[in-house]
Amino acid sequence: MSNNKTFKPGFSWLFKMAWRDGKASGKKLTLFMASIVLGIAAVVSIQSFGENLKDNISLQSKALMGADYKIDSDKLPNERVMQIMDSLGGAEAREIKFASMAAFPQSEATKLMQVRGIEGRFPFYGELETQPKNASNRYQEEGAALVDATVMLQLGIKPGDSIKIGKVTLPIAGALNEVPGSTAMFSSVAPPVLIPYRFIEESGLVQTGSRIDYEFYFTAPPNTDMEKLDETLDPILDAEDADLDTHTSTSDRLGRRYENFGKFLNLVAFIALLLGCVGIASAIHIYIKEKLRAVAVLKCLGASKKQTFLIYLIQVAFMGLIGGIIGTALGLVLQQLFPWLLEGLLPVDVEINFSLPVIFMGILLGILMSVLFALYPLIGTLYISPLQALRVIKEETKKSRKAIILVSVGIFLFIFLFSLWLLEDWRYSLAFVGGIIITFSILAGVAYLFMQALRKYFPHNWGFVARQSLLNLFRPQNQTLTLVLAIGVGTFLISTLYFSKDLLLAQASIESQANSPNMILLDVQSDQQEAVARTIKTNDLPVLDNIPIVTMRVQNIAGKPVNEIRKDTTSQINGWILNHEFRVTYRDSLIASESIESGEWTAEAGDINPVPISISNNFAEDAKVSVGDELIFNVQGVLLNTVVGSVRTVDWSRMQLNFSLVFPKGVLEDAPQFHVLTTKVPGQEKSAQLQQELVKEFPNVSIIDLRQVLSVIEDILARISWIINFMAFFSIFTGIIVLLGAIRTSKYQRIRESVLLRTLGAKGKQILNINALEYIYLGVLGGLSGVLLSLISSQLLAWLVFESPFTPSLIPFLVLFPGIVLLVLIIGLSNSLSVIRKPPLEVLRKEVK
Amino acid sequence: MAKILNVRNLEKSYSSGSKNLKVLQDINFEVEEQKTFAIVGPSGSGKTTLLGLCAGLDSPDSGSINLCGSELSTLGEDKRALLRNKHIGFVFQDFQLLPTLTALENVAVPLELQGNKDASKIGKELLTKVGLGDRIHHYPSQLSGGEQQRVALARAFSTRPSILFADEPTGNLDTETGQKVEQLLFDLNKEAGTTLIIVTHDLELAEKTQHILRLKGGRIVENQEKHV
Repeated sequence: MSNNKTFKPGFSWLFKMAWRDGKASGKKLTLFMASIVLGIAAVVSIQSFGENLKDNISLQSKALMGADYKIDSDKLPNERVMQIMDSLGGAEAREIKFASMAAFPQSEATKLMQVRGIEGRFPFYGELETQPKNASNRYQEEGAALVDATVMLQLGIKPGDSIKIGKVTLPIAGALNEVPGSTAMFSSVAPPVLIPYRFIEESGLVQTGSRIDYEFYFTAPPNTDMEKLDETLDPILDAEDADLDTHTSTSDRLGRRYENFGKFLNLVAFIALLLGCVGIASAIHIYIKEKLRAVAVLKCLGASKKQTFLIYLIQVAFMGLIGGIIGTALGLVLQQLFPWLLEGLLPVDVEINFSLPVIFMGILLGILMSVLFALYPLIGTLYISPLQALRVIKEETKKSRKAIILVSVGIFLFIFLFSLWLLEDWRYSLAFVGGIIITFSILAGVAYLFMQALRKYFPHNWGFVARQSLLNLFRPQNQTLTLVLAIGVGTFLISTLYFSKDLLLAQASIESQANSPNMILLDVQSDQQEAVARTIKTNDLPVLDNIPIVTMRVQNIAGKPVNEIRKDTTSQINGWILNHEFRVTYRDSLIASESIESGEWTAEAGDINPVPISISNNFAEDAKVSVGDELIFNVQGVLLNTVVGSVRTVDWSRMQLNFSLVFPKGVLEDAPQFHVLTTKVPGQEKSAQLQQELVKEFPNVSIIDLRQVLSVIEDILARISWIINFMAFFSIFTGIIVLLGAIRTSKYQRIRESVLLRTLGAKGKQILNINALEYIYLGVLGGLSGVLLSLISSQLLAWLVFESPFTPSLIPFLVLFPGIVLLVLIIGLSNSLSVIRKPPLEVLRKEVK
Repeated sequence: MAKILNVRNLEKSYSSGSKNLKVLQDINFEVEEQKTFAIVGPSGSGKTTLLGLCAGLDSPDSGSINLCGSELSTLGEDKRALLRNKHIGFVFQDFQLLPTLTALENVAVPLELQGNKDASKIGKELLTKVGLGDRIHHYPSQLSGGEQQRVALARAFSTRPSILFADEPTGNLDTETGQKVEQLLFDLNKEAGTTLIIVTHDLELAEKTQHILRLKGGRIVENQEKHV
């Protein structure tokens, strides 16, 4: 024999052994790898798209605003604000913005639009994209309007036609494709129309009660510290009911808004990844179980505990690395779909780039998740005795309690930290981890109890096939726990997502009762209300409500003036209470969306002083007041003493006019006020006819056709639910892969028994029936547990998040549940067919060895 | 001649449900270097348990085992693994080849664990010696039972162990193949000068060794020195 040249077997040998063993176990490891690919792809695609969106918003922040910063207010700026603007060098452009009805004489159509009267060369950054192109340069000079391109298309309007806004009629210079400062979502309800500022007064639309925004645009020298400017001026302007917005703060705010949505989607993706991890754990559990004899032999040959452990750890980490790379690549490809999926919901055009940190995260996630979730089965290699190599019967390995606890803590800590990174709130992360622990525990508990119950109440008098199939569920090396977990978690997720979508959509729907209004007429002046009501009635339509509205601001809260409260840094009162111009109504009874929470409702004030008013519970909470507290209001210059007489619960989700503050009758009747009238129109044609008449006679009245608004909301929700469904598909597919993996890996345990049964004379049909029944039991148990759990979670969501009643849809029970059972059955049986079709010995040789 | 294995007052029991089963009791014997030694007895007599204890695969309840100059009870699991790698070879009844490794890789593993750079070369030589020079890249599932046991013999002798434990080495083979493997085992043993301990209930095989230890009910009933 040759002379021994020795070296210390280090990592290279471990890698060599991992490779040798791994290449022969490729198929089994591939399934394990596949479990995480989709989860990682989901997380990476959303994370990467989120980063790209944030970068694009930041890059295009100036173009989004059209200026470096702006000062805006909902009333004409006072002298102090004017002084501040002068000290800044004066505004370079100004704008007056409000919603109003617009009429298009040529097409005889009317439409609620956002009128933007502009003076100066706004925008300074970005551009007004118009068709024809030069319309953006001409409209100011020619005294023309630029009308939203979609509206022009919908109503068949061409450049050269005219638009009537209030009392002024202007020619249309062109179609407006894009304008800084108009969000896509708001544009769907009230599309923008740009006109020269000088025509605003002529339109006669700036009246009492009109909701008008005054905006002043500025450019700043390069290197101006926007944050400092914001910090210095915003508090001063705030006190004067004005605001300063810089392009950076606006883009930050926008970024945060989309980030929140991204976080939600990321969580859905993360759940898909966790589901994949259940797959890893179950695949590795069975994989390692098959390897324990080999580990014992290696130990006999002199390998240490650490060496044998590391061989398989390296295999798992390598598979995780490959899974991470494939998942990341898939995620990067998938993110190209997001701009298309989110079309119309995004504030900017997103240019997709590959983000290195996200790529790194995806790959690292693959390795970390694989290793973490494989650790529990892997520690079995540490505790397997080499004596197992001598024994014919396999003994269960006893794992160290300490190691099990350490691994469990490691897994939950990782989930907590990763969700914390996604959600940036430890309470939500804790709730998320808690939810996962509870869900997994309940499912594991269901599986355990089921097995215990089967053992205790086993139906010994059943036939052979039925008994065998039940025996399979609780005998040693059964797959009940693994499959109930995989099927249960998958069904739970899909079903919860489905119910949540229902909750979201239910919130936006209009009750279809006979008397529910579907058209709201805003800004009806007191002297117009009778004439407007008459116009409605002459069209054979009912006036369902005539709601008086008085605007006012809060002056004192519980004896303390708001100016003092603003300065008080310890005050808990929410800022909006102090600055908001409230639109208040008065009436003698509650409406359907209201109920009294505390105190007593007062119908008529009579001579009671202070006036007992009713406040909504969110006002009470934000203003830190309750029944008996005094409030003073400034009603357009007149101070009015009131006391909180009652607190109401208001269902804000109903599509009707709800109010934070309601006065009793007999107080505000003589205050300057305007009215909101509602009616119910039967169809599109009647609606258009009424709108045309109203706009012609009362140009200041804004009309909201709730059916149009609803169709916009439905469109937005449809898109959002599309994306949620898209993400849910990752969970579904991951669930299927996990299922495939779990059943496939358990195949190697089952084949020997099935072959033995065949050898003993069992017919192919009997074996098929045994397996079919077993998979039906598992599918029913996992699927039903998942759907029932999702009922609980959706009910909790309805209570805690959506605050609305929850009526479960039957779809998860009638479609999802049977679908899952069928899927489990098909996948399960496809494995059994190989046993039935081939001779027993051939199967034994091929599969078991 | 020096003693390579010295077993004193060995006892071992396993718990089975609520019962405590005494598998071995009052076991005393010693084995000289380069001798061939057979442990025989009926099924359940404790042969395999004794082999496992002697090779350091398990720990006794009481008593001591001195193997190759080391007191096993003083060694931790990894130290015992090292001792096995350095001094011990194994042949199992069901061959116990690593199914995912080729014949050559199986033979090379113990050498690689020793850090031997020529593992592959030695492996090829040994496989050629046992008549499998043309099947070195075959996986265990592609070999017959006799061929698998020959690979196992090559693996057992690859590190030139001081002592070789064989657990029913021909138990899973037909008579003809079993005899060939037996012959190979003794030939290799003679050439390497290894101490050989065979657990078997094949009396014919036991008779070919220099010493027979007979077990019954976990106790030694005969400790017979022979002169072959």
